[in-house]
Amino acid sequence: MSELVDPAVVLFFTFLFGSMFRSATPILLAALGETYVESGGVLNLGLEGIMLISAFTGFVGAVMTNSLVFGVLIGVLTGMLVGLIIALLVVTLQADQIVVGVGFSIAAIGLTSLAFRVLYGTSRLPTLPPKDTINIVPLSTIPIIGGIFNQPAMVYLGILLIPIFYYVLFRTSLGLKIRTLGENPMVADTAGVNVFLYRYALLLFGGAMAGLAGSYLSLYQVSVFQDNMTQGRGFVAIAITMFARWNPATVFLGSLLYGGAESLAGGIQALGYLRTVPAEIVLMLPYIFTILGLVALARRARFPPALARPYKREL
Amino acid sequence: MKEQNGQIVRMENITKRFPGVVANKAINFDLQPGEVHGLLGENGAGKTTLMGVLSGYYQPDEGQIFVHDEQTRIHSPKDALKLGIGMVYQHFSLVPSFKVVENISLGLDVTRKQAKDMKTLANEINTRASELGFSIDPSANVWELSIGEQQRVEILKVLFRGASIIILDEPTSVLAPVEVEGLFRTIKLLKTQGKSVVFITHKLPEAVEFCDRITVLRAGVKVGTLSKSEFKTPREIIQMMFGGEMAPEATKQERRAEDEILRVEGLVVQDDRGHEAVRNLDLVLHKGQILGLAGVEGNGQKELAEALTAIRPLKGGKIALLGEDVSASDPAEQHDRGVSYITDDRVGEGLVPDLNLEENVVLKSFRTPEIRKGLVIDWKKAERETTRLIEEYGILARGPKSVARTLSGGNLQKLLVARELSRKPSVLIASQPTHGLDARTTQYIHQKLMEHAAQGTAVLLISNDLDEIFAISDTIAVIYRGQIIGQVPRHQATREEIAHLMVGIRNALAS
Repeated sequence: MSELVDPAVVLFFTFLFGSMFRSATPILLAALGETYVESGGVLNLGLEGIMLISAFTGFVGAVMTNSLVFGVLIGVLTGMLVGLIIALLVVTLQADQIVVGVGFSIAAIGLTSLAFRVLYGTSRLPTLPPKDTINIVPLSTIPIIGGIFNQPAMVYLGILLIPIFYYVLFRTSLGLKIRTLGENPMVADTAGVNVFLYRYALLLFGGAMAGLAGSYLSLYQVSVFQDNMTQGRGFVAIAITMFARWNPATVFLGSLLYGGAESLAGGIQALGYLRTVPAEIVLMLPYIFTILGLVALARRARFPPALARPYKREL
Repeated sequence: MKEQNGQIVRMENITKRFPGVVANKAINFDLQPGEVHGLLGENGAGKTTLMGVLSGYYQPDEGQIFVHDEQTRIHSPKDALKLGIGMVYQHFSLVPSFKVVENISLGLDVTRKQAKDMKTLANEINTRASELGFSIDPSANVWELSIGEQQRVEILKVLFRGASIIILDEPTSVLAPVEVEGLFRTIKLLKTQGKSVVFITHKLPEAVEFCDRITVLRAGVKVGTLSKSEFKTPREIIQMMFGGEMAPEATKQERRAEDEILRVEGLVVQDDRGHEAVRNLDLVLHKGQILGLAGVEGNGQKELAEALTAIRPLKGGKIALLGEDVSASDPAEQHDRGVSYITDDRVGEGLVPDLNLEENVVLKSFRTPEIRKGLVIDWKKAERETTRLIEEYGILARGPKSVARTLSGGNLQKLLVARELSRKPSVLIASQPTHGLDARTTQYIHQKLMEHAAQGTAVLLISNDLDEIFAISDTIAVIYRGQIIGQVPRHQATREEIAHLMVGIRNALAS
């Protein structure tokens, strides 16, 4: 076999399969949360900002506690806190969801970069505790695709959440209530569902998921905090939520598409393929894939009718 | 608190203010067990607001509510449901993309194993439905159901939530005559089950026939409550509703057919799903004529109206306006040629609820030189024109700058009619122009249509309301499955014949 196939190609695909799930995870976690938030009629464009803030606080938390798990926990709590502030603005004060979301995402870049410098200045960056991976032994020894089965716990967590998210959203009364909020909040209101409370809860939950995604990014994927390190991943997650038509199963496929493209770009660079093509072009790949996905699939998507509309009982 | 027997609900001195309007002024209202209580009044009298207060949708500014002689505060629809009060809104609160059973299960707190419980619930839906004299498919999607069926789902929904007091907000205004009978059967059965029903309506005959008591509101004030024995004098109830300022009955003058304006030949139009909704239809409209096009909704009326106004492309045939072929024109051209359109979807297609009145008024004329000053719209002129229309049509609004959505349905319709008629169109397509309006507004709009016809406008009146068709048409045509299956001068037509034609039964009348 090794005679027939260039070893570099084997290496390339081994890297690709192992890496695509890791790259897909932050998108998957954030998009799963956003799927619920949007099904409930709230468009949280602050996702990008929450991920970045949590990437920062998660990193700081992990350094201070010398534990990645506590770091993630702090990232999640931060995400919920930001989610709460956004909920206050868009649910209670009925501010425009697009303006608030974009505002948060832009503010987060400056805020985290500044705080990072204040904390660490120009001194040497603190190091993180070592990462653990869960190695599913017989499977991880398979050539080429084995890398899929040797990942940090959060990668598996993301995948395990998919069927649960699907079941709750489409098979339980809680899911029915959430979807009604996005279809027609007045119907939910007259059915005795507290629209404001549920939307607060959704934004807190979406914030927690984005927090998970953000802290995963800084603690497990990149292993350090960098300025604007989310690089639009929050917006990609929103795009994937939409072209997946608010279906957790399809969200998974979309995340893999992005993760695959990101790994491909990384692999091409690492192994020195396509040297004549500027690196920036290669790095654009995941975003181009996302845009193509949007164009191909989101065009026919039926948006939740109440998406991005504040609910007010007395008109 | 005084104990008052035989009342399950007592509302005292309810006052509710909205910005600029007092919708309810110190209203008292009570409800007895097992009664059907009619709440009568013209559009904007405050009926829906009062019941919105009872069902927790609105919070009263003043006043008390007693349920079972206990003073309560109803903060939300959920609170109201706990007290057994459920409201069926005029614009249904169903999610069209969900199944019947899902819509009903919402808010019931079905346990986790919902797949199984949905099945149980579906069976219960069947049982309850048959108890109320109808059947419904629990697994059907709501968007697939007719309006009448959706209303039944709404009624089931509030019953499943344990309502013993059911408020129906103008339930008959959306129904076809056959469906109305079914609804009344259901209401009677509800009564025998011991439920109390509040029946909001502005239609006097049905209120007199089916209610045990009637409360009349006018301009936010309660005029009085009558018991069954006092119903015998409808004239008095009308007096109560309108305060004696009823417009004179619309009188109809025969007009001779003058010059032909619009000619439609072999028209074929598709509906949104690509089916032929109008099939080989011929039609001629003359100057000054009101042609009443009767028909059960969904027989191609909408598609015909949209083809005539060039909103919808033709699949075949030809439309000629004053001899000129206009089959391929666009909506703006058609408008400029003098074709006006009163759509049956007043807030979806006719007006923009979030724009103010003067913006709505210039919405179709902003390109014309009369309303422009160079490159910009002459807003002073728009304001003058809007003020004139508000006065002429008696539109209840704070002024030309008020936002359209703050107006009641009847006033929005007047605004739409005013805009479409203000430019003296040569052809007017009027689709359900008085749908859901009270008697006075209806008469007013009929008067306006006749005035314009007298001035030469050719009117195509599309309506499924035979009273309306017979009140003002010169000629009556019937549309059935996308074709005109009969056309007669009004004085030769009988209601029975037209009603038969509407459901496709041809007889000697067929021309």
